[in-house]
Amino acid sequence: MISETPSPNHGFPGRLLVFEGLDGSGKSTQAALLGKWLQSNGYRVFFTEWNSSELVSNTIRRGKKKGLLTPTTFSLLHAVDFADRFERKILPPLRAGYLVVCDRYAYTAFVRDAARGCDPAWVRTIYSFAPRPDRVFYFRVPVNVTLKRKLASRLKMNYYEAGMDLGLSDDLVESYQRFQGRLKREYDRISATDGFRVVDATRPVESIQTELRKDLKPMLANFPTGERLMHDG
Amino acid sequence: MTDRTYGTRLPGLPKETPAGKLIVVEGADGSGRTTEVALLKEWLEVEGHAVVDTGLRRSDLVSDEIDQAKQGHTLAATTMALLYAADFADQLENKIVPALAAGSTVLADRYIYTLMARAVVRGASREYARKLYGFALRPDLVVFLDARPEILLHRSIGKYGSLDYWESGMDLCLSRDLFESFFLYQALLSQEFEWMASEYAFHPVDANRAPEQVHEEVQRLVAPLYGRRFVASRRPPAGPPGSVSRVPRRAASA
Repeated sequence: MISETPSPNHGFPGRLLVFEGLDGSGKSTQAALLGKWLQSNGYRVFFTEWNSSELVSNTIRRGKKKGLLTPTTFSLLHAVDFADRFERKILPPLRAGYLVVCDRYAYTAFVRDAARGCDPAWVRTIYSFAPRPDRVFYFRVPVNVTLKRKLASRLKMNYYEAGMDLGLSDDLVESYQRFQGRLKREYDRISATDGFRVVDATRPVESIQTELRKDLKPMLANFPTGERLMHDG
Repeated sequence: MTDRTYGTRLPGLPKETPAGKLIVVEGADGSGRTTEVALLKEWLEVEGHAVVDTGLRRSDLVSDEIDQAKQGHTLAATTMALLYAADFADQLENKIVPALAAGSTVLADRYIYTLMARAVVRGASREYARKLYGFALRPDLVVFLDARPEILLHRSIGKYGSLDYWESGMDLCLSRDLFESFFLYQALLSQEFEWMASEYAFHPVDANRAPEQVHEEVQRLVAPLYGRRFVASRRPPAGPPGSVSRVPRRAASA
């Protein structure tokens, strides 16, 4: 039997932990490290990242290639993707009492779609099926830092990530800076209202990870580990 | 600029009010919608208006995914509603808006109302459906072809030789019996259309009648959009239904 207290945010026995921030802010690294730690401590952990799902990834890729996507269709297709992921991947473990770690959540859509000119209230509405997480870590970092990381890693900068579809600049790097700047301003803007735990992501990996673990201790204090769960039955 | 849409800004919508008119014909499957759209198109073209007709036929963008979903990879209600909304947005932005901007009349054989009704019947909330489609352009006229379920049934059987799985809402598991499911499903949809009728200013037209009678009433509704008053032809209807040669085309200037 599942014995833990339901979350005040969504009423399910599991807990929803979300990692948000710009590309290159280090959130994926931190999410993976945290997941390892939780698992090694005996918690039931379910890890999920939002980049592409089977359902619409082809469409999004095709649409992007042909330049068919407008801000509205771009937003709706990502919402389809997220809804499918939410209903299949996030909700079941949450109901089963897992710690669900999400590398990106609906907030990614809120900031990205707002930066593309969609009505923010409308975007919030279409994601209204997604409950408020138990914790959102926002990895705050200046755009020039993520740019440096990006260039150093020699990862290809993609067209949409650079916001090239918005015509901010013909130059890929300049467009990237301006578009990511918009995303950052939007993250900063909603960070207070949405109750983000702001993490200074310019610091060393280890010190950030220590901070995250410390932050979650109180929430985990009464949360049963997998072992205890089995024994409770 | 949200007064031209249902409350949500549509990024990229031209600032100028378009020259073209957007006319929507709504109604259940079998209400005579497609026949009426064809008659209306013919009439408007004879009157000298450029007409682009559009329906809920799938755009290239997500048609594969919708087909996949229909073949049994069932998606939950919200996902499906969003997928249809993406498809609609694609048509709106790539077909309807450009045509209107170019001064054409756009004749829509169904619009967001059918999509909203289907979504709500499948479990989305009315509030969610309305806001989801908030980016849709407000039509200049919404004609709602209202026909009794028995009439729909006969026309449906006449059209498909049987009842269509989707138009009978079989995916909702209302009944294992196709015939019974059809009635239950159409009743649910019609309830949703009733909810929408006043909010979206539907002009109901009694579609239990012959196509030419329906058409005459629709013409009466459409003519004022072009600053005209419709005067019906005095010739008695003749020829097979759906023939366009006897469509009344006299429309006097107001």
